[in-house]
Amino acid sequence: MAGAATFSGMKAALILIGKRFASSLLTLLLVSMTIFVIAQLLPGDAAQEALGQSATAEQVAALRHEMGLDRPAPVRYASWLSGMVSGDPGQSLVANMPVAEVISSRLPNSLLLAALTALIAVPAALAIGIGSAMNRGGRIDRALNITTLSMVAVPEFLVATIAVLLFSVELRWLPSIALVSDEMSWGEYLRGVAMPILTLSVVVIAQMARMTRAAVIDQMDRPYVEMAVLKGVAPVQVVLKHIMPNAIAPIVNAMALSLSYLLGGAVIVETIFNYPGLASLMVNAVTSRDMPLLQACAMIFCAAYLILMLIADVTAILANPRLRAQ
Amino acid sequence: MTDRPHIEVKDLCVTARNAQGETFPIVSGIDFALKRGEVLALIGESGSGKTTIALTLLGHARPGATIAGGSIRVGDAELTRLDRTALAQLRGNRIAYIAQSAAAAFNPSRTIMDQVVEPALIHDLMPRDKAEAKAVELFRALALPFPDTIGARYPHQLSGGQLQRLMAAMALITDPELIILDEPTTALDVTTQIEVLRAFKAVVLERGATAIYVSHDLAVVAQMADQIVVLNQGRIREAGASAQILHSPADDYTRTLMAAARPAMRPTPARAAVPAAPLLEIRGLTAGYGKIDKAGRPRMPVLRDINLTIERGATLGVIGESGSGKSTIARVIAGLLPPASGQVLLDGEPLPPGLAGRSRDQFRRVQLVFQNADTALNPAHSVQQILERPLAFYHGLKGNAAHLRVMELMDLIRLPATLIDRNIGGLSGGQKQRVNLARALAADPQLILCDEVTSALDTVVGAAILDLMAELRRELGIATMFISHDISTVKAICDDILVLYAGTMVETGPRAAFQTAPFHPYTDLLIGSVPEMRAGWLEESHAGRGPPPIGAAGDHPDLCRFLPRCPARVDGLCNITPPPRHPLAKGNRILCHLGAESLCPS
Repeated sequence: MAGAATFSGMKAALILIGKRFASSLLTLLLVSMTIFVIAQLLPGDAAQEALGQSATAEQVAALRHEMGLDRPAPVRYASWLSGMVSGDPGQSLVANMPVAEVISSRLPNSLLLAALTALIAVPAALAIGIGSAMNRGGRIDRALNITTLSMVAVPEFLVATIAVLLFSVELRWLPSIALVSDEMSWGEYLRGVAMPILTLSVVVIAQMARMTRAAVIDQMDRPYVEMAVLKGVAPVQVVLKHIMPNAIAPIVNAMALSLSYLLGGAVIVETIFNYPGLASLMVNAVTSRDMPLLQACAMIFCAAYLILMLIADVTAILANPRLRAQ
Repeated sequence: MTDRPHIEVKDLCVTARNAQGETFPIVSGIDFALKRGEVLALIGESGSGKTTIALTLLGHARPGATIAGGSIRVGDAELTRLDRTALAQLRGNRIAYIAQSAAAAFNPSRTIMDQVVEPALIHDLMPRDKAEAKAVELFRALALPFPDTIGARYPHQLSGGQLQRLMAAMALITDPELIILDEPTTALDVTTQIEVLRAFKAVVLERGATAIYVSHDLAVVAQMADQIVVLNQGRIREAGASAQILHSPADDYTRTLMAAARPAMRPTPARAAVPAAPLLEIRGLTAGYGKIDKAGRPRMPVLRDINLTIERGATLGVIGESGSGKSTIARVIAGLLPPASGQVLLDGEPLPPGLAGRSRDQFRRVQLVFQNADTALNPAHSVQQILERPLAFYHGLKGNAAHLRVMELMDLIRLPATLIDRNIGGLSGGQKQRVNLARALAADPQLILCDEVTSALDTVVGAAILDLMAELRRELGIATMFISHDISTVKAICDDILVLYAGTMVETGPRAAFQTAPFHPYTDLLIGSVPEMRAGWLEESHAGRGPPPIGAAGDHPDLCRFLPRCPARVDGLCNITPPPRHPLAKGNRILCHLGAESLCPS
């Protein structure tokens, strides 16, 4: 009977996750429409940009026709979307090469930077948040609170600038520009990206640690926690075995929000350290009116965001027996 | 050595710190001792310190409180001298705790088995498979359904009574020498309470463990305890053997507690000549949640075919266990839940089903008083603000006129006028409930719907509120619908009584008809489950002994809802045909196949 219950429970969970996945796909479709419409609303187009101020109206119109910009919007949307789905988001109008190629030179850099930052930030945030919650009201908690609060409050360009001043100018430990190339060894690469990682970590660790603390403290006054203490469970085990299964859903949600920032929101850090990532590519695409590139970048960021949210929701569903069993 | 008591508490003092940082005692001068295998009851109202004292026997004080002095000895261990690690080794091992609300004290994200065997595993007493086998054995002894597989479930899949018994299994898994039971049956319905008490008595107490039983209910304590300690405001008022306390209490406070536990019959005013139309009439009401089908049944029906009337100035008691739909009746009358079918008539005129269609005057005439004054009153408002709001809304009273009316209301609910500027947070539970009542009275209603208004209060405070309501009724002649789970209270104050089971009316009648048998089998179970204040009641009571075997039930939607639990069910009748509604000689109508002669004369 228990086996049957677990089986039907897992089936129910799979259905729920399937629904959640379908709704993510639908959201992505709606997002693609929004991106397309907004890109249309931007003043000027690539033809205008390519020919410059002095071009006559006829020249611009001719180039537009050549680039396919004079077709009706729904037709352009449909061809763009089918291109995106089949992995060909079009031709970059400015770089004059396939968008896929432009992006493939930048995306791995962005993903690597985000992954390395997450690798450091998530355990650090969990440790700080849980440690802080366990010492609630105590000296350690207050110190960590002030630290994380000031980390959230300081803008990242300031963090980056201070880091450059300290580690590059004064101590001369790290390069101030994150140059990456294919020939670099891992050690060289890590040295190069140490400061971007540091800067990004400062921001997301603080956010995630504060959310973790709040989620753990929210559970600490529940009767089941007192019951665990009165069963003789050690304090660390109380948090890990009893509180975390109940706090994990809000924590993962907050983490997904913070981590999604590591891709799209890294533009300032990428710019300061001259790191060849996707966010700065997108900003360049805006200034040069390179719509196919801009749209592709926006879709990647949205998809990454939706994937993170999907992971968070699936975790919440799996962690909660009430959702699993329905 | 043999003469030495097993548990000894001497001059115990627990202090707490208030917002200003001052330290003050919450319990002090507590002394008691008990021999191995004895049960001691700590009894008192909320704030008496009974749970605080019970927790000190685990060496635990809630956040903000500190064990400040005295000695607590359990066996050979002096708890006040042990550090955290040493205490953790005792807890859940030699000393076990059964919490008040098992529904909240089980971790919602972990399986029952995981949690039940945890004490044995963390103290390294036995391997997991042995612990699980022992847990199943305990489940069986505690009369839990599906003992072999119930451990794989999660807390939300089980009922309150089952969880309370599972918590007992969790406490017993390590064979503790001392068990602390903290109000283990308070959150349960009486009919469930009797089953859980029986299981506790059979399994917990008969294994020879010493136990401390915390309760506010003297009648429950009478079934369990050898010794009773009566507490009030953190001090011992009286202590002694159970029989002595129950039969010849020496302290005034103990006598007050005992008096409040037995609700006095309040006289009901003689009814005036009944006018043509009753004040409130409900006809064929069905209500619930979800889509409504063609026959007017919602997908999740809560109430089925309810018919009732309340005369002007009369009190109707609605009684049933949790989930019976008694609060839903009040919500339908108040317009919070539009019914699926049926009518609510006020003064002969149909009330619009939802809130939207009702006029301000219709709102004014029916007022709802919620169970929990703590959440029903805005904690940021003062008493005056809370009472002036309905005065301005319904009567347009402002300024001095409103102030005068607030003063009148304060006088009516017997609260000193000096409290009107007080914030709600600064009032006691009883005072809050009075303000909650006054807010309804401020509208000058014809009918008030009181939803469990005394359930969250201590018996003594609750008895005072019942007195106040009886007085108000004499003075103002307002009709009342009194919703409660406590049949003794309902029998004491209501003119007419309606018994609800799973959304159907199983019995209705004047209160005189509820004083003597025969009753509907469910009413009989309700009345028989109320503990009596004498030792041995639990063993003698027939209530909750389980129904006779019966064949499979048919699939008629109107079959008796009480069938699965009915001790008087008849095979071939109750499981095949829907029961008729028929009158009994003494004036009540029941929904049952059985006549007066075959209903058990309890």
